[in-house]
Amino acid sequence: MTATPERHDIVIAGGGYVGLSLALALMQALPGLRLALVDTRPPQTDPAEAAKDLRASAIAAAARRMLASLGVWDEIAPVAQPILDMTVTDSRLDDRVRPVFLTFDARTDDGEPFAHMVPNAAMVGALARALEAAGGEVIAPDAVADFDADAAGTRVRLGSGRVLSASLLVAADGVRSRLRSLAGIRTVSWSYGQSGIVTTLKHELPHEGRAIEHFLPSGPFALLPLTGNRSSLVWSEKTEIAERLIADDFLFEAELMRRVGHGLGAVEVVGPRAAYPLGLTVARDFVRPRFALAGDAAHGIHPIAGQGLNMGFRDVAALAEVLAEAIRRGEDPGAIDVLERYQRWRRFDTVEMAAVTDVLNRLFSNDLAPVRALRDFGLGLVDRLPALKRRFIGEAAGGGGDLPKMLRGQAI
Amino acid sequence: MTDAATEAPRVSTVDPAEVERFSRIAAEWWDPHGKFRPLHRFNPVRLGYLKREICAHHGRDERTVRGLDGLSVLDIGCGGGLLCEPLARLGARVTGIDPSVTNIEVARLHAAGVGLDIDYRAVTAEDLGATGVTCDVVLAMEVVEHVADVPAFLAACAALVRPGGLIVLSTINRTAKAFALAIVGAEYVLRWLPRGTHSYDKLVRPEEIEGPLQGLGFTLLDRRGVVFDPLRGNWAESTDTDVNYMVVAARPS
Repeated sequence: MTATPERHDIVIAGGGYVGLSLALALMQALPGLRLALVDTRPPQTDPAEAAKDLRASAIAAAARRMLASLGVWDEIAPVAQPILDMTVTDSRLDDRVRPVFLTFDARTDDGEPFAHMVPNAAMVGALARALEAAGGEVIAPDAVADFDADAAGTRVRLGSGRVLSASLLVAADGVRSRLRSLAGIRTVSWSYGQSGIVTTLKHELPHEGRAIEHFLPSGPFALLPLTGNRSSLVWSEKTEIAERLIADDFLFEAELMRRVGHGLGAVEVVGPRAAYPLGLTVARDFVRPRFALAGDAAHGIHPIAGQGLNMGFRDVAALAEVLAEAIRRGEDPGAIDVLERYQRWRRFDTVEMAAVTDVLNRLFSNDLAPVRALRDFGLGLVDRLPALKRRFIGEAAGGGGDLPKMLRGQAI
Repeated sequence: MTDAATEAPRVSTVDPAEVERFSRIAAEWWDPHGKFRPLHRFNPVRLGYLKREICAHHGRDERTVRGLDGLSVLDIGCGGGLLCEPLARLGARVTGIDPSVTNIEVARLHAAGVGLDIDYRAVTAEDLGATGVTCDVVLAMEVVEHVADVPAFLAACAALVRPGGLIVLSTINRTAKAFALAIVGAEYVLRWLPRGTHSYDKLVRPEEIEGPLQGLGFTLLDRRGVVFDPLRGNWAESTDTDVNYMVVAARPS
């Protein structure tokens, strides 16, 4: 059977925040671009439906500037909670007093909060509506079945039987990217044997915009402020313990109360709870001729530093800038020398962040006395050195390095 | 092109061994990591400059995907088509000419492979000029330093520019710095280019291009340097025209 392929410039597989923001950035930067986004589910553009999804993410200042440059931040802002303050403790579970080693006034040098907590559904919904308004073609529900690339282009066959031809296929299909395997790109990965429990809490007393992170021996336990008297909980435990905890209401609440402490008054679990295995997966290459990985498909990292999503936005900002410049010059956006500019820009950053996050996790998920002494000494030192602290905040806010234009809030 | 009457003599395409040889050379021309790597590295900066200058002169929006839609562009000394293909992708009707029959076969083969419609001809600027065709934009990029008679070549190029059209040339300056970087550095030290690619006394100073063009009634629009940034490993526009530079001039309408 020979279906006549529909000609596109760029096809994006995956309609999460990475795929949507890349599609939107390219449609805005390049009038006349023939772009299609393929997703297994139609985008959730109905705000009432979206409100039922309680998951939230920390959006660093740089990513927020990018959402602003895409014109979607104003829509997200009313449901976004700025993180104004951050407290880090290092403690064992039954320590009566948890020594505070680090407190941050969580603002960057120019007074902008270093991060906001944003409900995922609100962000994805705003991006999907903006893409629709920009005239982006969304093919859903459908999926990329396979593809093959040659000098003329890549032929992308969809599950429905449709065939698209494009100069470039971008895989934004998540940490277990099927397209990455189809492209023959291998990964380096390891698992921590830990899972992150995620849910939403409602509490009696206001959080005052403060994020709290307790480094408990079993792993980090973080409360991140949401709008109203609510906080998002990210709680790491050994996988088998995490599974027992989420299966049992009574056990879950009892163990939760031991960890939350009394600072927020009475606490109630208001969202569904789920546990996600924590691990690190980094693709050995981010590009092949006519093929590029972005977001978790390129690098799934431990959520301890809250950087997975922000690194995804960095990929988008770098890839969109490289592609927009190349296409405006008439270069073939699928050519390997064009795609290598993106890989050079992103890969070092990714490996560095993955390594730092891994070391942090190993250092903090540990109850050995010498390790505790060492890290407490380190944290105490950081707390006494304002310049170093500002650098930490700056890095966590997504600054540093050779920053793509959109992360500086500029158009590409 | 306003006249398509002159179809260059097609090279014999019946000999499979020849086609095989052209394919191999085409693969070399178009391998960004291969023999022509320096040219691939150089391409983005000159394409960016061309797009901007052409859009500014012809009143086009630089941001759009097909900013050169409908403009006729002639690339003199097109080689394997490294400039022709991007310009065609931007919507221009591109003609590429090169005296080398091999280069033209290679360029045709590659354009057909990527599905671009480009008119390639194995002719010289003088021969093409004799047919009376003119174009909106005429390019002679990295060519003047290889021709025998610069003023005669410039006159031939100028005759191909439509009234109101644009000519863009790029080459290497004849300075001590250019000798040190573009010949000793690029050919002997870094081995980016084969030895003997450029000879010092054939290099051309900007005045030697601008003077004759002005003599032919052209208006100079810009002169821009191009320098290599060893830290980032790429080329960038610069005010320094001591080594590589580009010149843009317009023919009065």
